[in-house]
Amino acid sequence: MVKVLFFARLRQQLGTGEISLADFSGSLSALREVLCEQHPDWSAHLQRDDIRMALNQELAESEAVVNAGDEVAFFPPVTGG
Amino acid sequence: MPGMKLHFSRRSPAARGVGMKAVDRIEVRETPLDVAAEYSALQGNSGDGACTLFVGTVRDFNAGSDVCGLALEHYPGMTEKSLQRITCDARDRWSLGRVTIVHRVGPMQINDEIVFVGVTSPHRQAAFAACQYIMDRLKTEAPFWKREAVADQTGSAAERWVEARESDAAEMEKWSAG
Repeated sequence: MVKVLFFARLRQQLGTGEISLADFSGSLSALREVLCEQHPDWSAHLQRDDIRMALNQELAESEAVVNAGDEVAFFPPVTGG
Repeated sequence: MPGMKLHFSRRSPAARGVGMKAVDRIEVRETPLDVAAEYSALQGNSGDGACTLFVGTVRDFNAGSDVCGLALEHYPGMTEKSLQRITCDARDRWSLGRVTIVHRVGPMQINDEIVFVGVTSPHRQAAFAACQYIMDRLKTEAPFWKREAVADQTGSAAERWVEARESDAAEMEKWSAG
């Protein structure tokens, strides 16, 4: 099981802040593809160039490998401070 | 964001946190900041000759609109890790005494303090540079998102997510080049 989180504008666009993926292993970009196949209407939001990704609460690139038990997050560029 | 680099610590995952010192204070809170108390706790008995502070507040104007309020969302867990990482990396670059980062989340009013960054050091150059470095990194990688309430032309309120600024990424790039 992989826990997938969405934040801020992306959370509102997708209509959910958290989902679980069973039996997934592969890269972050592959995980994003799976999500877009399962939810075709998410594609326009999830595939934007500016969407950032985190793996186990660390910023990560699309090649990073996701394993069972990991926590993945997708979110727009940050605007704190 | 095109052209934006991720900043990974040189520390191994197992060693992460070792660079944090007991005198570092990192907090994400929903209640108002007390700048005077934060300064007293930071500088009191630090023994350092220099202390720099940065305080960010809620502005009443952004992107051509009057702002009436602001709410901050964050990623609990990752936020604290991110601020710890930034603090560790600042300690790798400069000789620092104490570091405090306090960031507010949730609903806020105009002029409320959003963020407090304080750094002490034996020398002012290190204190100035580390304070700016911490803010530049926080602005580009700590997972906070602002949502502001704005008055539109008819006077009614609307909410919008604040857009990231290219200029913040550019400021961060300067540290990578150095």
